Amino acid sequence: MKCPRPVIEIARRIGEVRIGALIELLADDPAAGPDLAAWCRMRGQRLIVSNPPRFLVRRES
Amino acid sequence: MAQSDVEVYLDASSGEPLLPIARQAWLDAQQAGWGDPAGLHRPGRLAAQALDQSREVVAAAVGARPDEVVFTSSAAHANYAAVAGLALGRRRVGSRIVTTAIDHSSVLATAAMAGAHTSVEVDHEGRVDLHRWAAAVGSPGTAAACIQAANHEVGTLQPYVEASQICQRAEVPLVLDATTALGRIGLADDSGWSLLTGWAGAFGGPASVAILVIKKGARWRAPYPTDDYQNGRWPGVPDVPAIYAAAVALDWWLQFGREVSERQRNLIDLLRAGILQHIPDVDVAGDPIRRVPHLLTFSVLYVDGETLTLELDKAGFAVASGSACSASNEHPSHVLAAMGALTHGNVRIGLTSTTTAAEINRFLEMLPSMVAEIRATVGTS
Repeated sequence: MKCPRPVIEIARRIGEVRIGALIELLADDPAAGPDLAAWCRMRGQRLIVSNPPRFLVRRES
Repeated sequence: MAQSDVEVYLDASSGEPLLPIARQAWLDAQQAGWGDPAGLHRPGRLAAQALDQSREVVAAAVGARPDEVVFTSSAAHANYAAVAGLALGRRRVGSRIVTTAIDHSSVLATAAMAGAHTSVEVDHEGRVDLHRWAAAVGSPGTAAACIQAANHEVGTLQPYVEASQICQRAEVPLVLDATTALGRIGLADDSGWSLLTGWAGAFGGPASVAILVIKKGARWRAPYPTDDYQNGRWPGVPDVPAIYAAAVALDWWLQFGREVSERQRNLIDLLRAGILQHIPDVDVAGDPIRRVPHLLTFSVLYVDGETLTLELDKAGFAVASGSACSASNEHPSHVLAAMGALTHGNVRIGLTSTTTAAEINRFLEMLPSMVAEIRATVGTS
């Protein structure tokens, strides 16, 4: 199970932080950038930084 | 999941199986059209006739003259010849080659190799931003532009008529990649392209035949060595039986395609609605309305594309995937990424001319539980 891993991980952990908090993610999978952006759009979250392999997501909902 | 004997082929975006009428035409041409069309002998004359007939069919389909039609060996070759040939012919003007961000990889690769590539953004449904297109095309030093009539993965129609008008005003020659559209939707008359490309494999002709149309007066120069075949546009003895079969396939679509396309359009609508209704957390890509009739791409959250494709295969459905780490790809689909669409868990469906409602209903019945099972094993249901 490869490419969905970064998105699966953040989906699992997003509930652990309060709204407004940031989660940093490190992923070298080439799909991580586009898929984190898509996941944020689908889930109402915000991708603050997309600088592969480093990503920063803010919980908005 | 049970092993199935029945294989429902839903990967027409990678190539529609050879139409029975095209197979018969190929066999017929093996009897009478197999010669070298440059030969003076009888087999040669028969082959030359078949080649002429084939050019006429294509010319009528795209609004060109038969002597402007060239047959190449693959879509990638046709796109390469078109784009690199314009870059060569227009090198004194400049080296910029403008494409959309979601044109076929062969177009993007050629643009990067043959000049300075400018890739124009698309919106969330895959439609090119015409303002940015105009800015790029209108910049000094633009040698050529290329736009697809419709996208090969998500099916969205490009505003190629407007895009070509912009090119005409800027006096920049345009390649229209009509691969996904040819035979399926009408091409606008007078749409002002200088070159057009297509692929017989996309419409049930042989995969070894592609189409390159070069309008008279286009500043095009062959970027490869040529000989006397096909007016010095593509070298080598043409495979006339394959070309003839391709023309017969195209002609079939022009004559009988409307009914098939309508049926396909309805099936895709059904599929789209069913997927959105019964599969949670799914991203369906592309314009639901302004599209070719037969394609649909969707991505399933938390599921990997290779697993889904293999499970679908076990269940008797053959589909493609635009996900990275599906067997054929290391990188996610550049089309989906440029559109901001989810790339993992991607399934790309292309209906064939014979796909039935029963097959689509069976697919819809089976998919939700398959997705749920896969998600359960990952722990994200």
